[in-house]
Amino acid sequence: MPRIVVDVMPKPEILDPQGKAIVGALPRLGFTAFSSVRQGKRFELMVDGEVTEEILAQARDAAETLLSNPVIEDVVNVEVVEA
Amino acid sequence: MTELPLIGEAIADAPAARRLAGARIGVITFPGTLDDRDAARAVRLAGATPVALWHADTTLGDVDAIVIPGGFSYGDYLRAGAIARFAPLMAKVIDAANSDAKLPVLGICNGFQILTESHLLPGSMIKNDHLKFMCRDQILRVENNSTDWTGDYQPGQEITVPLKNQDGQYIADEKTLDALEAEGRVVFRYVGFNPNGSRRDIAGISNAAGNVVGLMPHPEHAVEAGFGPESLDGIGGSDTEGLGFFTSVLNKIVGDTK
Repeated sequence: MPRIVVDVMPKPEILDPQGKAIVGALPRLGFTAFSSVRQGKRFELMVDGEVTEEILAQARDAAETLLSNPVIEDVVNVEVVEA
Repeated sequence: MTELPLIGEAIADAPAARRLAGARIGVITFPGTLDDRDAARAVRLAGATPVALWHADTTLGDVDAIVIPGGFSYGDYLRAGAIARFAPLMAKVIDAANSDAKLPVLGICNGFQILTESHLLPGSMIKNDHLKFMCRDQILRVENNSTDWTGDYQPGQEITVPLKNQDGQYIADEKTLDALEAEGRVVFRYVGFNPNGSRRDIAGISNAAGNVVGLMPHPEHAVEAGFGPESLDGIGGSDTEGLGFFTSVLNKIVGDTK
């Protein structure tokens, strides 16, 4: 069953409090190579049958209207992944 | 809603009181809403009649104003307020708020988040900058008393109401913030301590017409003597400083009753 993957990230200019907490915890476990972390969201939309252009357009629309809030987040990726 | 009787209710049979009670203020409950009962009680303490509305309702009935109370609608899944924004009743709220009648709408905490997700108010809320849930009594300054919900306050008046949130950091781009300031739409600012990293200490804002107001702190928890916030100055008397929201909208609805 094909999936449409949507990736959403906090806007670059917005300080990501969750990422900040994670980057603070990494060195405590010995992971010292990472200077910053940003945490986003990945959505997987299942499709019964073929992913048409129309269905992909719907996914892009859903990504902009519900899955992300354009004030604080960017949709960075919408792609079809075959199962 | 059945509630404990209010002190002084028996004498509320004067013509003015009857006029006030004729004002119907809707309180919306979503799955996960927490403070709907307190909001309804605040409406009743102010003298109006609370009307319980359910998120799946398809009409607003004949309410004169709407309160969207706090809580964790849909468990804050996706983003706080994001799923509630698409509830059937919200389409009606958005239409009524934007209509010529300019229905007064107040969003408190999660209700504020729902109003930003609905684009009735600009900006958004993200996690508190210190990452912790915070619950405290908070001093606010009333920056604009010409909205439907703040007419009973003095400009610059400082009030103390409870604050309790996790995603309370108000953000918007600089252009939006400048416009809000220039148009007097910053309605409340945190005083003394910014509890969540909100831009420019903003605690609450309004739309351009002043009928839609949203804020993170909870005026509905500061409406009854003996049950409001501890007085921060040690003198007392800050118990009921949230009641003005509800009396303000009531005055707006009923006209001059003072």
